[in-house]
Formats: sequence, structure tokens, C-alpha cells
Amino acid sequence: MAAAPFDIPALGDPAEHPVPALKPGAMAASKPYVAAEAHQQPLGFPGELAEGWEKRAIDHMGGLLSKYRSLQVFMDICVKCGACTDKCHYFLGTGDPKNMPVARADLFRSVYRRYFTPVGKIAPGLVGARDMTREVLDEWYSYFHQCSQCRRCSVFCPYGIDTAEISMAARDIMDSIGQGQKYCNEIIGKVHRIGNNLGLPAPALLDTLEGLEEDILDETGVPVKLPVDVAGAEVLLVTPSADFFAEPHVLGLIGYAKVFHAAGVSWTLSTKASEAGNFGMFIGNYEQMKKISMRIREAARELGVKRIIFGECGHAWRVAYSFLNTLAGPWDFLDSRYPVPQHILEFTSDLIRRKGIRLDKSGNDGMVLTVHDSCNVARGARMGTEPGGQFTIPRAVIAASVPKLVDMHPDTICDKTFCCGGGGGLLTDELIELRVKGASPRMEALKDVVDKQGVTHMAAMCAICKAQFTKILPYYDFDREMVVSVHQLVSNAIVLGDND
Amino acid sequence: MTIFFAILFSVSTLVFVAGLAMKIAQYARTPAPLKIPTTPAPLTKGGVALRLGREALLFESLFRGDKLLWLFAFVFHLGLAVVLVRHARYFQGEAGPLVALVQPLAQPAGLAMVAGLTLLLARRFVIERVRYVTGPSDILMLALLLAIGVTGMLMKCVIHTDIVMVKAFFTGLMGFELRPLPADPLLGLHLLLVCLLMIVFPFSKLLHAPGLFFSPTRNQTDNPREVRHLAPWAAKLDEGQ
Repeated sequence: MAAAPFDIPALGDPAEHPVPALKPGAMAASKPYVAAEAHQQPLGFPGELAEGWEKRAIDHMGGLLSKYRSLQVFMDICVKCGACTDKCHYFLGTGDPKNMPVARADLFRSVYRRYFTPVGKIAPGLVGARDMTREVLDEWYSYFHQCSQCRRCSVFCPYGIDTAEISMAARDIMDSIGQGQKYCNEIIGKVHRIGNNLGLPAPALLDTLEGLEEDILDETGVPVKLPVDVAGAEVLLVTPSADFFAEPHVLGLIGYAKVFHAAGVSWTLSTKASEAGNFGMFIGNYEQMKKISMRIREAARELGVKRIIFGECGHAWRVAYSFLNTLAGPWDFLDSRYPVPQHILEFTSDLIRRKGIRLDKSGNDGMVLTVHDSCNVARGARMGTEPGGQFTIPRAVIAASVPKLVDMHPDTICDKTFCCGGGGGLLTDELIELRVKGASPRMEALKDVVDKQGVTHMAAMCAICKAQFTKILPYYDFDREMVVSVHQLVSNAIVLGDND
Repeated sequence: MTIFFAILFSVSTLVFVAGLAMKIAQYARTPAPLKIPTTPAPLTKGGVALRLGREALLFESLFRGDKLLWLFAFVFHLGLAVVLVRHARYFQGEAGPLVALVQPLAQPAGLAMVAGLTLLLARRFVIERVRYVTGPSDILMLALLLAIGVTGMLMKCVIHTDIVMVKAFFTGLMGFELRPLPADPLLGLHLLLVCLLMIVFPFSKLLHAPGLFFSPTRNQTDNPREVRHLAPWAAKLDEGQ
């Protein structure tokens, strides 16, 4: 590939936990495009920074402090111990000290202290308190868009301080004063206007799905359906819209369809809820998150389904698993025998265990798999009935589908997993340097198992992870097709036709 | 000196208790609108109590994050805990069984506290990343604790003070009765610094002590699909529909 206009981090041995020396200001220029008025106003945010924004920002901060215990407590209790300083993939990849979680949080905390604490008001220098100024705002805009809200820092913090909560609050404040991020806000606009993040209108969606049905028929000889807006179906499948066209995502979608087919469970997609992702979380806006979630409730009501199942998507699963009941519940009109919502991997693993579907590993002959735990699945959600099911269930499904599955270094998997580098609303081209560098801890662990254990592919269970890896793998001299959907593996292994 | 400290101790105790109560009330009053435990998380309240217990007593997360820092922090806090318990003898007429139990540990605990603090202070200068995030208040806080520890250890081991009089002063003060304090500069300095610590406590990062128990990533149960979690302000949005 063409040489990148920036250095690609050298990959070391994950067992040695290489930590870079500080490079102050290394990523100060990294920032996403600012949202234009056209992206801001559909969400009810001001179109641009206007006179008096400083006071409005502080007022909004005060509101958030009184609405979110997490924010209020996290602002007060950090002791600057430094346990988080070598945990963020963006710090490890860039060496920029403001990408150390405590330093990132301090960008916010310094303003909090100035306006909301007695010591910060009396002696700002003593506790590093700062006025809200244009310079501070620029720093916020840059570095709160260098956090993928992956929560890895919160695992190691002795008080569980979660920088994701702080970056969400900072983004919400910036939106409220007219300094929004184009990528996220444009996408949220599309969800409201068209139904999904990609802006794929219903006729195009129907067309795509028909094409996929033909492809499956040609390949397998089995008429596997991809139904849309079918009233009375048992299951409503809500999946990230990338599943409708991008690779390897779409191969996962084919996998879901084959599983439903083989299990004989009726299902449907919805044109109204043709998106699992909820970018309302990325921008830290409860109202947006709720509004986006309500589409799913309305679709489930209108179609009269009994269950809701989510496709492979990380942040989407966090919002679905942890927040959907809060945002769009109660779900008393659905079948109470099933959790609401369910993850497609819960559904598939249950079928495998009950022998409701058959898998033939030879469908994935020659592949040696490893698995990338998506950050928000790993640390912000669960699958199954036991804590840690989000780790065991995907592994069980992959192990049942492929000849060999190995894990990456233990400090890079399960709840210590690294973000792919593109999560949390950063999957946009202008942030490519950040994305490539932020992926380096994951690439390091991947290279280790490729070199030592002959790994050929890495399975991912998140639309952002899949898109990010497809894009950045070549920067590290890996094949872009190394990343596969979990249900792509199921799709290759599943034995169809049993029910016919 | 007696009157000065009688007033200072009364005031700083008041600031400490009232300030802490206000912060705790603020944390308790502020809603947590979403379920955000760092997963894997306990599914039951009992499990959460265990998780918080492990965090508060063993510093479990810190152990996973930084073993050396964990050691320094653990040595300091353990020493501090023993020293605090032992100081109860200055406020009780009859020393309780716990106080008697830790009595022989007083000196090693004091040393552990001072050693832990010294190491914590040293790493703020030695480790580049920690130096970067260290502000003046972080150094001052460690220096304050260190000075309290060192003056205490000096009185315990080198320049003894009349602890019978000290005890009489405090037990008297608790009954609003003024009894003389030894006119001992080292004791005066020790008590002055302790008062300062009590006053800054509710306005400083020492809030990490009560704050841990209010941290939503640690104190929430992982049951969002089973139980609908709804904050009062979020419930109002529901009604608006």
C-alpha cells in the first residue's frame, strides 16, 4: 500500500507491555471535522459557537453533574495514582500524554474545579483549575475525540473511574454550545430521517437483501430467506446497517439468516429499525439515545414480534443489553421466556448446545482463528446467564465452527481487551492516523499469535471493529480479509437442509 | 495553646463531619440514570457487596493494574488503619479490645505508613507518566500526611510527650470540659497538621474514601434486562411521550 504520511508504531512483544516515552503534543492536531449547522439543527443543537458559549458550557456542565452520579463522583475522587496511565490504546499508540486517561479526564476536571469546587475558585493554581476558554475548548475537541469510550481504564482504576462517562459528558457539552462532531451528528440525522446509519433507504435495502438471497441459493442450493417487515414473525432482528453491504459484515448477516433457517425460527428485519448502532451514546446525549431506541420499540410493536435479537455490534450491544430496558422498556408485550433483547450469539450458542443446528468444521478448513473481544461487549455488557458469558459464548460458537481457535495474550483479551482503535464515533477518515496508531496494541497481540501459533484469521463481533480492522490491517502488513465475522464462520460451517 | 487547640479541634471536626456529610448526601442524591457497571459484574446485591469489599480492603482493581503501586498503597493504608485504631485510646476512657490488640503493632504500623508515603511520593518524581499528571496539591497532600506520620513517630519513639495529659485533653474536650494540653512543640505541630487534614478532607481527593462506594461502575448489579432501571428525571421523559 502507499506509504502513510505518519509513522506506523513498531510492534513489540505483548508479554513485555511496551510503554512509549511521553511525546507531549504528538496528537494535538488530531481532530474530527466540526459539525455544520445542517448536521446540528436536526438534533436540536445550535448550529455554531455563539457569543456567551463559555457560560452556557458551564451551565450545561452543572446540569450534567446533577443528573449523572458517575460524573459527579468521578470528578471528585481521582487521586492521580497513575494506574490508568499505561492502559489506553491511544496513549500506547501515540505517546501523547493527554491520551493517558487521567490526563484526558483532567481536561474536564480542571474546568469542573474552577467553577464547582471551593479550592478551585480560591486557589486555581494549587489544584490545576482552569477557566473555560477557547484554548480549553480546542483541547477538549481534540482529545475527547481521541477516546473510544472503551472503558479499559475503568477496569484498572481503584475507584472504577470510567473515562467514557467523562468524554460523553464533554461531547454533550460541546454539542450544546454548537461545537458538535460532524461524523456522529450527521449519522444520527440519517437514522432519524432514513432509518439507519448508512442512509440506506427501504427500496435499496429490499433490493440488497433479494440479491443476497439469490447468492445464497446459488451457493448452497437452499432457499434461505432474508425477510423484511414481515408482520407476525417470531423474531425481530436488529443489526448494524454495515451488515447490509460491507465485507466481512454481510457474510455475518448471511450467517444469521442460515441459523434462523436451519433452526426453523421465523424472523424479520425492519426498515424502520434497520440499524442496531446507537450513536446517541457516543455523543453522551440521553434524549438522542432514547429517541433512537424508541424506533426499535415501535418496530417491534408494529410487526407484532415476540422476541428481539441483536446482530454483531459492540457499542450497539452495550446500549441494547445495558440501556434498552431503561430507554425503551418495559418490554412486557414480548414473550417473557426470553431475555429482551437477546444477542445473536446467545441464540446461536443455545442452538448449538441443544443440537438445534449442526456445524461441520470442515467448512472452515485451513483456518486458525483468534478472537478480538469487542470493548463494549467485554466491559459494558454481558451474554448468557453468568458473568463473563460475553467471553465464553463467542468462543464456544467459534470453537464449534472452526478447526482451531487460539487466544491472544491474556492481558489483551476478555475484560482487558484493547479497542480496535475506531470505536466511540471515531471511525472517520480524517482520524486515520489516530485509528492506525490506536490499533497498535491489538496488532501487537495479533502479530504475536500469527508468528507463534500460525493464526490466519481474527474473528470480530462488532461492525466498527470489522470496518476498522479491514481498513488498518494493511498498515501493519496484514491482509485486510484477515478479519472475519463470527457468524461468517458459522455460515461456512452450518449444515443446511435438515428442516426441509 | 490549650484554648487554641480546643477551638481548632472543634472547628475542624465540624468542618470534617459536616463537609463529608454534605458530599455523601450529594453523591447519594445524584441519580445514576443508566446501568454502567464495568463488566463482568456481580448479578446480585450480595455480589456487589463482595466486590466493593474487595476493592475497599484489598484494592483489587489496582492490583490488576499496577502491582508496585498496589504494594506501596497497601502498605500505607494498612499502616494508617492500624494507627487510626490505636489513636482511639486518646478518646476512650477505657481502651477497647481492638485498640489493645493493635497496641503492639503501633510502631511497625507507623513505620509502614511513613515508608508507604515516602515511596508514593518518590514515584511521583521518578515515573515520567505519573510526574506528568502530578499537580502541586498531590505533592502537598502526601507531604501533609508524611509530616503527620513523622511527627507522630517522633513522639512515639524519640521525644515523648505526656500522653496521659493528651488523653485527658481529648476526653475532656468531648465532654466540653477544658483540660490542659502538654506545651510540647512537636505535639502542637502534629495536632495542627491533623486539623488541617480534617479541614481539607471534604474538599480534596481524599473523597476517594467515601466516593468508591458511590462509583456506579463498581456498585451496580448487572441485571439490566431483568429489572428496569429508571432515574426520576428519566422517568419524566417517559411521561412526556
